[in-house]
Amino acid sequence: MAKKFLYINRKAPHGTVYALESLEVVLIAAAFEQDVSLAFIDDGVYQLMRNQDTSQIGVKNFTPTYRALGDYEVNKIYVERESLEARGLSQDDLMPLTWEDEDEDWAEKDSIHVISSQEMADILEQQDVILNF
Amino acid sequence: MALEINGNSYETDEEGYLTNLSDWNDELANEMAKADGAVLDENHWEVINFLRDYYEEYQIAPAVRVLTKAVGKKLGKDKGTSKYLYELFPYGPAKQACKYAGLPKPTGCV
Repeated sequence: MAKKFLYINRKAPHGTVYALESLEVVLIAAAFEQDVSLAFIDDGVYQLMRNQDTSQIGVKNFTPTYRALGDYEVNKIYVERESLEARGLSQDDLMPLTWEDEDEDWAEKDSIHVISSQEMADILEQQDVILNF
Repeated sequence: MALEINGNSYETDEEGYLTNLSDWNDELANEMAKADGAVLDENHWEVINFLRDYYEEYQIAPAVRVLTKAVGKKLGKDKGTSKYLYELFPYGPAKQACKYAGLPKPTGCV
């Protein structure tokens, strides 16, 4: 039986390798058809900012890869509302992430769910495995 | 490792994947296939071009399950099967087609 994996992302996207490593591990887990969810908390919410441009800091911009998560059927992406608000951000500042529901004639649906820290606690409670990045 | 074609040298990793994506061209893909004893026809090119477009948009080479589904959607249901893709690329569709497309080995690949 597939286990429920939650990957928690707490760090800014560039400057350390955590965000990219997390994304790669998520894609591998999803390729092996595990039940994968992602959480973005604290500075981790910056990972999903739209229109990132890394040309001035000499690293590859891997952030378009988040948009492939829907193809891997990773569609439970939780962003903590308090973390967004503390940074003056809202969901409009994040890139839209969608998936297509095969059971509803490939209807496009949002993958990002902005939730409170209390709701996040409930999500954590439901997991078999939690990995922190 | 390096690939020698028409007097030009292209750097590859130990499995034959191009080091610099920008080195890629059609001729290079044909030569890589020839080295594996394969000849690329329009059906191969359809998948190779699909992979290059996918990489351009998402900055990754898709895993085989994702590739199969996406090919079915874009190129027609009859082509979105692992049987069809394995017939074209017997060494593993994602792995072999990505090599000819000049992309890195796919994450979590077959």
